[in-house]
Amino acid sequence: MSGETSTALQAIDLAIAPGEFVSLIGPSGCGKSTLLRIIGDLTAPSVGNVTVNGKPARQARRDRDYGMVFQAPVLFDWRTIEQNVQLPLEIIGVGRGERQRRATEMLALVELSDFAGHHPWQLSGGMQQRAAIARALAFEPTLLLMDEPFGALDEMTRERMNDELLRIWERTGTTIVFVTHSIPEAVFLSSRIVVMSPRPGRITDLVEVDLRRPRTDATRESERYFELITQVREALRAPERRSVLR
Amino acid sequence: MTRLRYYLPAVAVFVLVIAGWELLVALLHIERFLLPPPSEIVRSLVEEWPTLSAAGTTTLIEAVGGFFIGLAAGLVVAFATARFAVARAGLMPFAIAANAVPIVAFAPIMNNWFGVASPLSKMMIVSVLVFFPVMINVVRGLTSADPATLELMRSYAASEQEIVRKVRIPAALPYFFTALKVGATLSLIGAIVGEYFGGANDALGRLIVENAAFLHFSTAWAAIIIAAALGIAFYLLIITVERATMPWHASMRARDA
Repeated sequence: MSGETSTALQAIDLAIAPGEFVSLIGPSGCGKSTLLRIIGDLTAPSVGNVTVNGKPARQARRDRDYGMVFQAPVLFDWRTIEQNVQLPLEIIGVGRGERQRRATEMLALVELSDFAGHHPWQLSGGMQQRAAIARALAFEPTLLLMDEPFGALDEMTRERMNDELLRIWERTGTTIVFVTHSIPEAVFLSSRIVVMSPRPGRITDLVEVDLRRPRTDATRESERYFELITQVREALRAPERRSVLR
Repeated sequence: MTRLRYYLPAVAVFVLVIAGWELLVALLHIERFLLPPPSEIVRSLVEEWPTLSAAGTTTLIEAVGGFFIGLAAGLVVAFATARFAVARAGLMPFAIAANAVPIVAFAPIMNNWFGVASPLSKMMIVSVLVFFPVMINVVRGLTSADPATLELMRSYAASEQEIVRKVRIPAALPYFFTALKVGATLSLIGAIVGEYFGGANDALGRLIVENAAFLHFSTAWAAIIIAAALGIAFYLLIITVERATMPWHASMRARDA
């Protein structure tokens, strides 16, 4: 945008398998959001390429291969919750009846059926974000890109949203790439955590999360959970020593 | 009951002002030509109703006709400009400058151009007055969409046309209605001031000028009352349409909460 340029990301080499839940974690300025936006073709990389489902990111975006959830719910005030969920379907050109059917199904999935006719401002922050997730899933994308979706929520709501997201992920089989700066959140949700460090943004560690599924409140109290949190915290603290990629 | 309580203070103030006016005119022996008492204005209003209502109709037609011409032109230019950043950068400063100019000053010239006796000359003044606020506000509205919503639409690979229809236009509605409200007020001002500089006699502006000249002040005041009533009615009509069009807007929410 400005005349000055800086390197946001450098030497990123990452493969994500279908059905995986991968979190990108790192301090502000490590380029985790930029990496997510490059995957979604919302930002173009100056060099390198991204392949989604075997095709370039641009083509994947045009084919509506991914759904996007931002930190803010980005719902339209002039639409009801149900109409908000139907928005991507309208753009794709899905017929009215099918749109209705899928919106109803998605709202049931995120447990907002009773609020279909409400407008966004009548819902709490957590409910709004659930509606945004329903909208992102409405057209059955194979990939869900989430940019700190629960960052603005309080701790209790965030944990409940994490439980729900895992339930949805397990039911839909969607691949999820999830940006967060919360270590417990990343550990609880992910099958794999990508640890990043800033200036220039790069991947410094990959942490496999071997916690048993389904994950519940008991998971949050297990010894292994705390061990993994410590492991990620140390990886974030000492990127230079633990660097595995260049 | 709550509704009554809501309007009560305003009604009380209205009654007090009218009564005070009547009383002061009588007590201070104010000359009739300086300020006639309300009772006399009301009498003129009733007695000269045929003339007044015919004049009101003429003025209203000029105002509303000009309003729609200005509105249509403002919308066309706004939509054409909003899409092109270069056109916007080139035109907006002039539009904003023109909006700050007292355009009614051009009224005599418009009367010359379009014929002093023709209602078209008044409509043209009104349309120029209405054009600028409509254009400026609608351009602002169309470019006001939250960048995150545009990014969301991009993630759906939505076409520019769909973005305009589903995001930019709804986002511009509050700005549009603000422009309509400003335009409604301006349209009656434009028509009446245009009439001050000449034109057919059965118009409010002419009635005010001529009756004032012949010291028929209560009739002049009655014409002013008609003009005020028309302005308020036009404004209320737009607010009603606004409420019906955007019940979702933040400014409307307090009412159903």
